[in-house]
Amino acid sequence: MNPDVQFAVRKTGPAYNEAMSPPSKPETASSDTSSRTASRPLIKAQAKDLNFYYGGTVQALKHINLELAEKQVTALIGPSGCGKSTFLRCFNRMHDLYPGNRYEGEILIHPDNVNILARNVDPIEVRMRISMVFQKPNPFPKSIYENVAYGLRVRDVKRRSMLDDKVEEALRSAALWDEVKDRLHDLAFNLSGGQQQRLCIARALATDPEILLFDEPTSALDPIATASIEELIAELKNRLTILIVTHNMQQAARVSDYTAFMHLGELVEFGDTDTIFTNPKEKRTEDYITGRYG
Amino acid sequence: MEPIHTHISRQYNAELEEIRSRVLQMGGLVEQQIEQAIEALIKGDTALGENVIMHDTQVNKMEVTIDEECSQIIARRQPAASDLRLVVAVIKTITDLERIGDEAEKIARMAVRLAAEERPKNNYAEIQSLGGYVRQMLHDALDAFARLDIEAAVRVAREDIKIDQKYDGAMRQLITYMMEDPRTISRVLNVIWAARALERIGDHSCNICEYIIYLVKGKDVRHTSLDQVEREILGKESSH
Repeated sequence: MNPDVQFAVRKTGPAYNEAMSPPSKPETASSDTSSRTASRPLIKAQAKDLNFYYGGTVQALKHINLELAEKQVTALIGPSGCGKSTFLRCFNRMHDLYPGNRYEGEILIHPDNVNILARNVDPIEVRMRISMVFQKPNPFPKSIYENVAYGLRVRDVKRRSMLDDKVEEALRSAALWDEVKDRLHDLAFNLSGGQQQRLCIARALATDPEILLFDEPTSALDPIATASIEELIAELKNRLTILIVTHNMQQAARVSDYTAFMHLGELVEFGDTDTIFTNPKEKRTEDYITGRYG
Repeated sequence: MEPIHTHISRQYNAELEEIRSRVLQMGGLVEQQIEQAIEALIKGDTALGENVIMHDTQVNKMEVTIDEECSQIIARRQPAASDLRLVVAVIKTITDLERIGDEAEKIARMAVRLAAEERPKNNYAEIQSLGGYVRQMLHDALDAFARLDIEAAVRVAREDIKIDQKYDGAMRQLITYMMEDPRTISRVLNVIWAARALERIGDHSCNICEYIIYLVKGKDVRHTSLDQVEREILGKESSH
């Protein structure tokens, strides 16, 4: 890795806790065909007894315990107001932007075992390691190139050749390079919605994050653009850990390895996606995914 | 297993209810086909036999229609969890029901052939006895499907062992007839085909019971011993 983009808060910590990995697949004859079952995944991040209060009083998350498997996609599903976006935003300390919001509990990032909610951890550093892509594409009013380079410039990367390399790498990773390589200095707003969203993904990737958060990344996109983002998610998980909030249950079923169902600020059920969508254990999960929630 | 009629979309409730009741309707028709095929054989009633052969196309049509409705539900509703399992179980169940229909048709064809031949002294007692068991088994399997009763499904699946024993007994007897009097060989061979068809119907009914367990519990119990099913699904020690 480039020394300019080293992270300040990296510490050495205990090894991954194998005992706390996500639920392993049930040992049935039919499930061992999946490559995901071959070994228990490593844990990239874990929320431990996480509570969150908006404005110090309204409790939006209640005792969440959840583990993100490394280089896997975890989907958060649940009805509006269940706390899934609130939970996602805890991961890059977005709630710090408003006064009065309060976290209790921990979110640990492995392998260095840093609690990213701790006061002595700089939220800017957290956001370098954990990037986020939003519901609506939100490029900066700058050129395509500058959008991607922005995070690197903030990190004081100045060498032009290094910026060029990083921008190209990020745009290639976001499957956008071939479409924009001849107009890198055009305004980002001239891109289509799907391209703008991929640009935002490229921007998020430019700082080499370890975890990528998606907050309903395709709800403003047409089915073709949605398919290309989903394809991209499948490719990106070879490199980093992904947490995605989606209202589209079929999308969760398509893109994720693990699914968490939340309701009224609680984590109701967490399991591998195959099981959640065919044979969930909790009635509330079943009611939600089969359209019985009322 | 959640009740079908509790979706937010009433139209969806109606669609799922429709495929479920159509399976039972198809099951009823197939039961009637078996009953009439056996009766045609025992009584030597050619017209009744021809009637069964003719009605098999109706069974086939029902399979195609229900299959299509299931495809529509998958395409339009993307069913999940128990709804998905219902659609999958229905698709599989109607395949077995259609095959049962084919077996009934086979028996009816044997009935038409045998009607032209001399009747045996025992009046096809082995077919009467085996046929009675098989009809009851299919009836109970469809009943368990209607009530989503997994205990009954396991119980019915166990009946297949008895049917296999009855079939073996009937075969021994039929072979003895052929050895005793070779002139009966062509007739007895037709009876053997009919007995074989009945035995296959038992196997298909057993499959339907497995789909019921999948539908209710989400566990695929094909190629699993019944003792294991009882232990794991019903949570009881087998007495067998």
